[in-house]
Amino acid sequence: MSMPRRKDLLAIAPLAREEIEQVLANAAHFKALFQRRVKKVPTLRGRHVLTLFYEPSTRTLSSFEIAASRLSADVTNFSVSTSSVVKGESILDTIETLESMQVDYIIVRHSASGVPSLIARHSKASVLNAGDGWHAHPTQALLDAFTLREIWPDLAGRRIVIVGDLLHSRVARSTSTILHRLGADVAVLGPGTLIPDTRWDWLRKFRTFDEVMQWRPDVVYLLRIQNERLGADPFFPSLGEYHRHFGVTDERFARIAAEGVYIMHPGPVNRGVELVDAVMSYDRCLINQQVENGIATRMACLHWLQPGAPPA
Amino acid sequence: MLSPVPAPQPLLDADGIEAAVGRLAEAIARRHPHTWPAFIGIERRGVPLARRVAALLAALDPRRGAPAVGSLDISLYRDDLAALPTVPQLRGSNIEFDVDGAQVILFDDVLYTGRTIRAALDELADFGRPARVELAVLLDRGCRELPIQADYVGLVHPTAPGDYVRVRLQETDGADAATVGQKEAAR
Repeated sequence: MSMPRRKDLLAIAPLAREEIEQVLANAAHFKALFQRRVKKVPTLRGRHVLTLFYEPSTRTLSSFEIAASRLSADVTNFSVSTSSVVKGESILDTIETLESMQVDYIIVRHSASGVPSLIARHSKASVLNAGDGWHAHPTQALLDAFTLREIWPDLAGRRIVIVGDLLHSRVARSTSTILHRLGADVAVLGPGTLIPDTRWDWLRKFRTFDEVMQWRPDVVYLLRIQNERLGADPFFPSLGEYHRHFGVTDERFARIAAEGVYIMHPGPVNRGVELVDAVMSYDRCLINQQVENGIATRMACLHWLQPGAPPA
Repeated sequence: MLSPVPAPQPLLDADGIEAAVGRLAEAIARRHPHTWPAFIGIERRGVPLARRVAALLAALDPRRGAPAVGSLDISLYRDDLAALPTVPQLRGSNIEFDVDGAQVILFDDVLYTGRTIRAALDELADFGRPARVELAVLLDRGCRELPIQADYVGLVHPTAPGDYVRVRLQETDGADAATVGQKEAAR
């Protein structure tokens, strides 16, 4: 029997395998809608989705907007000036305002971990975490898992290496969690300063790209170097240096293509840093599929959650 | 004290279902003597029902072949998602013929409130503009909440709104049977 519906989607870790499977299975049917003449279904007609992005985002925000509008929900962007953020107090005030607006779904992105769950606790609306600090980005993880499941219906034993800034990456945290949950063998590679050494013991750690390639991965998942999070701290000497050690250079790309390894990236891509231009036209580069699948997966998430259900 | 719920009573056995399917096929053949309309089964049990009727018609008139059969999963067109305690597992709709200008017969196992048919008509309209849509059901149990009627009915069996009518088909449930009982919530 199916699990009771959740009110909120805040992170991958609390989800049962069965819930993940349900969302992924339904996402495939939402994706099939994109081939129809009318791509829109009336599922959330009369429902209101509010997006609350305290951090700039184009892709994730548009993806959620498209997902909500293809479900016939009304969508409002609650513009938040980045200057009035940080203080907990102003967030609580915002929550009160949102409650008065009586929206059904709130999609939140914030630079501080835990803000979506704070809002979820104080709101009857379903809250979807669209990325909070270094913590979680559950819809990205679901769309990544969905994208890989399209290639391999069973991920058991598939080798996926996540490359880049693991320390600041909520994508790495959520995506590695879901892939591990689905049976994949997950590894990481990145500058020593950006690999937390207290992360889970199931996470395999590599020091060089050569070691990674010897492991014969099925997928190389490149993280974006987030200059905005690195600030002035010297985590690595320069972007050029990063590219030489951890980027997909022309030389590494030749080997990746020869071995048929898939490439993923959550976007937006820093060309010449995480990867060279040629990768973008590689037939096993899944970046565009990730974008398309993001809409289908987010539709499945909106369809799954139940506003007004008891919070977890 | 709760009174005990009577066990569901059999309404149709396997032979009864076969006969009801046969009546649907005959009625459709009578009304469509020249070309077969396209069949669209509503998930889940409308789909095997449509296939069975299509197979009977193909046997009846081998020169015309079998009608095309598609399927419609109306989950995304329901008006009660917010109230569902579990998320519906989607099955997807599969219509491989052109709906524009087509003669279509919708199939479902039980006709009750009419809301499923309303949703099916809404979804069908998103696939195209059929010239005509008819409705075939195995069992009409009454209790309509919308002005919807079937064109072809295997069996009419009036029930009360609290009753629970269940059709099982070999393809989806491993056996052919229809039962009527009292819904637990109606106690």
